[in-house]
Amino acid sequence: MNSAYLDLIRIRFLMMLAYRVNYYSGIVIYTINIGAYYFLWEAIFGEQKLLAGFTLAQMTTYVAVSWMARAFYFNNLDREIANEIRDGSVAIQFIRPYNYLIVKLMQGFGEGLFRLILFMGPGLALVCLIFPVKLPTDPGVWAIYFVMLLFSFLINTQINMLVGLFAFFVENNEGMLRMKRVLVDLFSGVIVPISFFPGWLAVTMKWLPFQAITFLPSSVFTGRIAGSEVVRVLGIQVIWFIVLIIPIAWVWRQARTRLFVQGG
Amino acid sequence: MFYWSLAVEYMKNYVKTKLTYRADFWVELLSDLLFQGVNLIFILIVFQHTPTLGGWTEAEVVFVYGYFMVPAGIFGAFFNIWNFSERYIVKGEMDRVLTRPAYNLYQVLLENLDPPSLFGSLVGLVIMVLSWGDLGLAFHLTDVLMMAVFTIGSVMIYGGLFTALTAISFYSDAPTGILPLMYNISNYGRYPVNIYNKIIRFLLTWLLPFAFVGVIPASYFLGRHEAGLSNLALFTPVMGVIVLGIGLLIWNHGVKRYRGAGS
Repeated sequence: MNSAYLDLIRIRFLMMLAYRVNYYSGIVIYTINIGAYYFLWEAIFGEQKLLAGFTLAQMTTYVAVSWMARAFYFNNLDREIANEIRDGSVAIQFIRPYNYLIVKLMQGFGEGLFRLILFMGPGLALVCLIFPVKLPTDPGVWAIYFVMLLFSFLINTQINMLVGLFAFFVENNEGMLRMKRVLVDLFSGVIVPISFFPGWLAVTMKWLPFQAITFLPSSVFTGRIAGSEVVRVLGIQVIWFIVLIIPIAWVWRQARTRLFVQGG
Repeated sequence: MFYWSLAVEYMKNYVKTKLTYRADFWVELLSDLLFQGVNLIFILIVFQHTPTLGGWTEAEVVFVYGYFMVPAGIFGAFFNIWNFSERYIVKGEMDRVLTRPAYNLYQVLLENLDPPSLFGSLVGLVIMVLSWGDLGLAFHLTDVLMMAVFTIGSVMIYGGLFTALTAISFYSDAPTGILPLMYNISNYGRYPVNIYNKIIRFLLTWLLPFAFVGVIPASYFLGRHEAGLSNLALFTPVMGVIVLGIGLLIWNHGVKRYRGAGS
């Protein structure tokens, strides 16, 4: 049974591989993107050496790594789930001998793995050549970063599932899907590191799961969080991963009695 | 006339679907605003840490942002074709469109109307008017005319670029386009282009002219003359015609290559 789930990762990976040309252009666009960010932040820093605890070099690295990480954890599972609920094909999934949500998770993971290897790797290498991005030299930091990246993926996927499953209750949740995407980008710290937020907002963010998606892993990677703090931060991710299982399980149980198929 | 009546019919249809999913309409409106607002939040947060951005004050950068929202809202309402490749190529719906007498792109655009997006334009106008007062800019009647001309030009540029980018799906059979990434690059046309190095400035002005959907036309009103910005503004409609023309050429050529994939 478990090997079936693993196979799903492989299948999705191969599926993505069929369309790989897209990713070569993606790497170029990503480089331009990071370049524009670099000059933007350079202008923002101006004469100042330190902003919200970041040096310009750290900021560049933070931005480059955060967008790369986003390539890995980002997926459209929310939309996939919502569409399957709307066109009714989720009914078939109910009677199959596997857990639908784990299937989705595995497919998302296959997709992320593909982007990690064919997009993140080459993209980051290219960016390092052109811009002053400083990668950590300590292999320990790399190891812990990859663990945290895995949790970024899990937490982001859980949020996607929750929003996707809402289609059971509201019929059409297109608007919600879009809103969620914007909120996650803003509150996870991809666009601006959370330490730049005004006080009250930064405090609020500490109590929400979004910072665990980008801000915490990228902070560890850029060396702003080090030593025993790393364990605490990893703990926050683990806790959110566990806590988020509860509403998903609840919604999934509710959903079984609520399914009504709209056409299709 | 035929095309006009088509638009009316599609509008009616749109209203009907929205009345079915009423709550979603409001969430969509809100999410559209939020989508636009995120970058405004970025500006506001950044200016808490720095007084100027490449010599531009917060009020000026916000003004540029306000201008940008106007064409962006109109663009969002009429060029909402983000999932074109998925829906029309992968699922083969283009077959259906091509068998009908009206111009194919026109049909595709009508099928994907998104009027709530226009609300963003309204908010943009309000931001502009407010910062107009803040900045103490003089007001001439010609400014209204220029605003209209620039807006049309900017929408054409935006539309032409994304039409061209969407048309890529006719040439390469990739399911997830480069559109989302491109969307990020479109953001940079809103910041004072003088902060970028030559390559990126050239890219944003002439290759992917997103600067014409933001800082260039806005600098006409702000009277910012560095690097000939406010003079360049007058080229906005010309650029619009060129970019939209190129976009349509690529699209039309792409449609000829289309082979139904649906089943």
